[in-house]
Amino acid sequence: MNVFDMAYEYRNLFLSGLQYTLLLAVLGVFFGFVLGILVSLLRMSKWRILRFIATAWVEFLRGTPMLVQLFLIHYGLPEFGISLSPIQSGAITLTINSSAYLAEIFRAGIQGVDRGQMEAARSLGMKQGMTMRYIILPQALKNVLPAIGNEFITIIKESSIVSMIGVADLLFQARTITTITYEGLSPLLVIAVMYFVLTFTLSKLLGILERRLNTDDRG
Amino acid sequence: MIEVKNLRKSFGKLEILKGIDLNIHKGEVVVVIGPSGSGKSTFLRCLNLLEQPTGGEISFEGQSITAKGHDINVTREKMGMVFQQFNLFPHKSVLQNIMLAPLKVKKQQAAEAEKYAMELLRTVGLEDKRDAYPAQLSGGQKQRIAIARALAMQPHVMLFDEPTSALDPEMVGEVLEVMKQLAVNGMTMVIVTHEMGFAREVGDRILFMDGGVIVEQGTPAEVFGHPKHARTRDFLSKVL
Repeated sequence: MNVFDMAYEYRNLFLSGLQYTLLLAVLGVFFGFVLGILVSLLRMSKWRILRFIATAWVEFLRGTPMLVQLFLIHYGLPEFGISLSPIQSGAITLTINSSAYLAEIFRAGIQGVDRGQMEAARSLGMKQGMTMRYIILPQALKNVLPAIGNEFITIIKESSIVSMIGVADLLFQARTITTITYEGLSPLLVIAVMYFVLTFTLSKLLGILERRLNTDDRG
Repeated sequence: MIEVKNLRKSFGKLEILKGIDLNIHKGEVVVVIGPSGSGKSTFLRCLNLLEQPTGGEISFEGQSITAKGHDINVTREKMGMVFQQFNLFPHKSVLQNIMLAPLKVKKQQAAEAEKYAMELLRTVGLEDKRDAYPAQLSGGQKQRIAIARALAMQPHVMLFDEPTSALDPEMVGEVLEVMKQLAVNGMTMVIVTHEMGFAREVGDRILFMDGGVIVEQGTPAEVFGHPKHARTRDFLSKVL
């Protein structure tokens, strides 16, 4: 069976796998983004203890393999009475892992905004939080948009590790099809193309967004 | 209006301000001059607590702003500040730059804030730039917008931190002209500047600072005409 016949014959399995891959990637990106902003703000907090917690969080998650983190959450937490479904474990792992990388990206972005911006906003009577929200974060996010895009693409690809704990994502379905058809290569080629289409589309979309933001204020 | 008592500021072991005493009255234009590193900018930035003083007391309209528990944000609404580097918000249009604080801090209605913003743009002569972004403006235009942005909060005093030092020479005049108008209209102003001609013309009182203290102060005629102190004479002979 050639690759195209394979893709067509098992389209339902591939599409079902795509759903899980997309679901996990979207959850990981969204919650990782929110959590990442929080962690980056904690890392720049006045209070040493908060800085320490945030730094430890980032260092641990960057310094250990994501597969190990996944196994710790999925097979380790039940020992403490917390049992999660494979999808829950997968979403949580992708979220916390990307939060660590995104936190570092955000921190670089925030620290890259000129000090004068904070001073100007504060001199107008704006509070710290208001200044962050309206002045610092919009500029910081714009500056680090390419790095954020890289991280999103990484999450889409890395989400494939969830097949190891039985989430029926793209990689899982490819292996299922291999066991049915004894074809080792073709299913992998099909999902490789599918992953590529996902990441390439995302990277193009981010490119458009980047250009639009630039025309705003560099005019 | 502003009372400063024995103001001190150190960065680590380096003492920048070594005890400043000063009263600034309503409607007064105080110009601070002095050599680089004399502490003029630090002094100005202490007035709205962009720099936290290490000692002494500052009061604004009868209220101590250095007291524990004082909400400095409330005071800053009434103290406009203009910076050497303009510090306009690059991701916002001219109109948004001016309207942001009135909308978010003073909770003004959009229509009201826009009306006043347009009025200010007319005052600084840049009505046609309302939808431009800071990157499209010249230095002089940026600084005039920065002045309008500070005025939008209807401050009781304006602080100027070397407002013309980052400008090309041909743009200094337009900014000084706007400041002169403010002074004529009775705004209380504290200005750190190297523009001696302007200081002489617009200042009600000149402060000469050196080494973290006020060496000499008086009317422009006194300080520029008959400087009492050797350090003042020495400085003026170099800059005039």
